[in-house]
Amino acid sequence: MEFLSNLVNGISLGSVYAVIALGYTMVYGIARMLNFAHGDIIMVGGYICFIVMTSLGLPSIVGILAAVVVCTILGITIERVAYKPLRSAPSLAVLITAIGVSYLLQNLALLIWGSDPKSFTSVVSMEPLRLFDGSLVITGETIVTIVVSAIIMAALTLFVNRTKVGHAMLAVSEDKGAAQLMGINVNATISLTFAIGSALAAVAGVLLCSAQPSLLPTTGAMPGIKAFVAAVFGGIGSIPGAMIGGVLLGIIEILSKYYISSQISDAIVFAVLIVVLLVRPAGILGKQIREKV
Amino acid sequence: MKKFVSAVLAGCMALSLAACGNSASSASTASTGGASEGSNGTTVIKIGGIGPVTGAAAVYGNAVKLGAEIAVEEINAKGGIQYEFKFEDDENDAEKSINAYNNLKDWGMQILMGTVTSTPCIAVAAETSADNMFQITPSGSAEDCIATDNAFRVCFSDPEQGTLSAEYISENNLATKIAIIYDSSDVYSSGIHDAFVAKAEELGLEIVCDEKFTSDSNKDFSAQVSKAQSSGADLLFLPIYYNEASLILTRADAVGYEPLVFGCDGLDGLVSVENFDTALAEGVMLMTPFTAAATDEMTTSFVAAYEEKSGGETPNQFAADAYDAIYAIDAAIQKAGVTADMSYSDICDALKTAITEIELDGLTGKGITWDASGAPTKTPAVYIIENGVYVAA
Repeated sequence: MEFLSNLVNGISLGSVYAVIALGYTMVYGIARMLNFAHGDIIMVGGYICFIVMTSLGLPSIVGILAAVVVCTILGITIERVAYKPLRSAPSLAVLITAIGVSYLLQNLALLIWGSDPKSFTSVVSMEPLRLFDGSLVITGETIVTIVVSAIIMAALTLFVNRTKVGHAMLAVSEDKGAAQLMGINVNATISLTFAIGSALAAVAGVLLCSAQPSLLPTTGAMPGIKAFVAAVFGGIGSIPGAMIGGVLLGIIEILSKYYISSQISDAIVFAVLIVVLLVRPAGILGKQIREKV
Repeated sequence: MKKFVSAVLAGCMALSLAACGNSASSASTASTGGASEGSNGTTVIKIGGIGPVTGAAAVYGNAVKLGAEIAVEEINAKGGIQYEFKFEDDENDAEKSINAYNNLKDWGMQILMGTVTSTPCIAVAAETSADNMFQITPSGSAEDCIATDNAFRVCFSDPEQGTLSAEYISENNLATKIAIIYDSSDVYSSGIHDAFVAKAEELGLEIVCDEKFTSDSNKDFSAQVSKAQSSGADLLFLPIYYNEASLILTRADAVGYEPLVFGCDGLDGLVSVENFDTALAEGVMLMTPFTAAATDEMTTSFVAAYEEKSGGETPNQFAADAYDAIYAIDAAIQKAGVTADMSYSDICDALKTAITEIELDGLTGKGITWDASGAPTKTPAVYIIENGVYVAA
């Protein structure tokens, strides 16, 4: 029973990582860049939702929509201003820019919303599920997080594989130049990727803050890093990989916290990552590309 | 290109020189303004303060800054020795704290009232000890904060808080089985924890669950809370800061775990977290030497001044510690006959002995005394949170 409840907690935490990792993996898969500002877009999503719900007193659905809209616009703007001019620059330059954007967002949040932690009101009003005479409690947030992330993954997979725009994304991810020759608008496709990734970040922010209701300008930083690890773990660039990586990471984290040590759980998580990467350098579901010489 | 670079560099230099000139002149106007009624000529004693006014621990830094400013204004208004107070941000980061200390030294600081949090305080104490600068921390409660002979403190030490907490729990039969969740990456938290565990063992209290977290994993507490819950502990001891405590309380509520929660002064600030559901804090006990709810004249006038200055916020213990720290400095300065023209090293030598000879009736205790170790002697008080306010236990 203990094990089961820890497993559920792990899946719940892992599902949040998964939603964040989906954003990382999409952007990497298509634009070939690590968007380190992704974690901070999550934080912005959390704050927008908080303001709409708590300061303006509007219902939670308005808060979520507002967060999605603002983050989408933010994502597109960041891409246009900070990343697009560097399209042909070496990937290291883009990486550093992304870290810069990350700090910019954190400090802007500090300026606008201050440094005092804010207590986020959960958007989930569902009563916790009590099974086996209350020995297994599954919170509403856990159920919603798991369901939402599963839906997002399924929808995203369908979108990429079944729609014209999705095919355009796949084409851009394979070869930018060839895609352009085939008449695909590469810039628009990359912008769209950022828009989707940022919208997902907004949803992830709301889910994250509902489960862990403390909102700070640094709220997105650590989950962002963990989700990046999850994306690498599952195979960066792969949508189901991000999902599997996220959930596994969450489960490993909670189980090692409970059964081994609450102090070194992060170390265990990263040790597992190293082992996986030694065995499968491209991650669990990553494509093993042979270098042609 | 070279020409352009040198022009830019020259421009930068000119600007920075201008900036120096500006800050120096503004500082001197501030001091003459304050000291015009002073009996000891036209100079003032410069007290510096360091603490986090941004970042996760900003509640403490802002409270200390305001509390100290109120005390300085009160003392200056009385005439006599005049003070100038300047506060620098360290974001609760040891390295930034040392930078802040160096900035204050450039400004001409003679006494340091700081730093607010333990980890930066230990780092800065090493610097003040090397410089022989008198330092009194309002709230740096780790043992090592006052390890050097120039450093004193107003609040209790971490081990003292742990020992006193265990004694209180045992004396009042609050619990027999205790669970602890603490931050093993934080000096404050692990200091209280270690002393608490040692004392609890001595008193026959059973610790059935001893869980940790670190500053990198301080958001998800589902594993720790479920471990505490399944251990059957009837008291949850939280020697941590309020932000993590609010997350633990939320999690405990979600899974239907209702232990008696007991914490130390780090929990002070819990009910003022924006949008926090104070029902979650109902019945939480904390040991803190100061509460704004007290009705004595000193507390009420301080609370009124603080509310006016902060735009309606209620002062917490850190503000009171800072207020007492400034009064302790003032009392020791009068005892030792320190004047503004003395160097900080001479002031430090004079105050080191003078502070052990004073007795201060402060906000955080009546008849507070210090010994050469730097630790204060005062009596603690325990409060219970009821309907979002502190009630004496």
